[in-house]
Amino acid sequence: MKYLKFLSVGIFFGILLVKSEAVSWFRIFEMFRFESFHMYGIIGSAVALGAIGIALIKKFKLKDLSGQAIEIPSKAKNYTSAIIGGSIFGLGWALAGACPGPMYVLVGTGAVSMFVVIGAALLGTFVYGLLRDKLPH
Amino acid sequence: MDFILDPWPWYVSGPLFALVMLSLTFFGKNFGMSSNLRTLCAIGGAGKWASFFKFDIKAQKWNLVVVLGAVIGGYLGSHFLQNQPDIAISASTVEALQQMGFQNPGASILPPELFSLDALGEPKTWAILIIGGFLVGFGTRYAGGCTSGHAISGLSNLQVPSLVAVIGFFIGGLIMTHLILPQLF
Repeated sequence: MKYLKFLSVGIFFGILLVKSEAVSWFRIFEMFRFESFHMYGIIGSAVALGAIGIALIKKFKLKDLSGQAIEIPSKAKNYTSAIIGGSIFGLGWALAGACPGPMYVLVGTGAVSMFVVIGAALLGTFVYGLLRDKLPH
Repeated sequence: MDFILDPWPWYVSGPLFALVMLSLTFFGKNFGMSSNLRTLCAIGGAGKWASFFKFDIKAQKWNLVVVLGAVIGGYLGSHFLQNQPDIAISASTVEALQQMGFQNPGASILPPELFSLDALGEPKTWAILIIGGFLVGFGTRYAGGCTSGHAISGLSNLQVPSLVAVIGFFIGGLIMTHLILPQLF
């Protein structure tokens, strides 16, 4: 039962990705052509509200459901991998139109082809794992 | 009911994405979807090949449950909570896609030219889906996160590496959309 809350968040996340149209290849294509405010509005307002939420959590030292102090980890300061890896991801995002959340949501909408994308994404992650020590970070 | 069945505008959707991220924070977790790819590799036995995949899989189970929920949510959202599958992309985007040979841009969530079962009869479709997926899987892990982990969680936490990663997302996305995709279609 302790996983029920995660299942609920997941279901809500899936519905939200469909209803916001952020799962649509068309919306991603449109975003990278700067022809609509839609995706920028979504990400911008999510970050603005998220930043206020995180700031309040830190200011009031809020606790999580289990009563432990909430710790929000900092991202590793690997700027080289952030820019190179980010660019590689961007190429794939604009090509397949799906990032690692929507690819599962799209399976739920009935897009069978997404299994090919997910399989290839697993392979990509696996190859990164193999090459990790040889890549600049 | 129309306010639920019609597409949700950005000023409704955006804050709800923040709510998803903050809910997971209050559950003691961090919002980030690309980690699941690493977990799935580890479950598949990738730890035999690289130490990167040797970690406590059980601690990541909650995130796989989020994935399961996302699949269910995708089914519910598209089958029961949608008036029409149309995506209201701008007229100029429609025109650009028509010039590239897409028949009805925005008439469905995904372009059938790339994602329908018929399209899987073309080797070119397989190449696009496999290369696209591979770049997503490789790139997110190399960058240390994706749209959820870097763009939403990371930027909300004012992380400079996340800002650098998001700039990377756009470098790659702009190159693909403006320089490579027009060559493919």
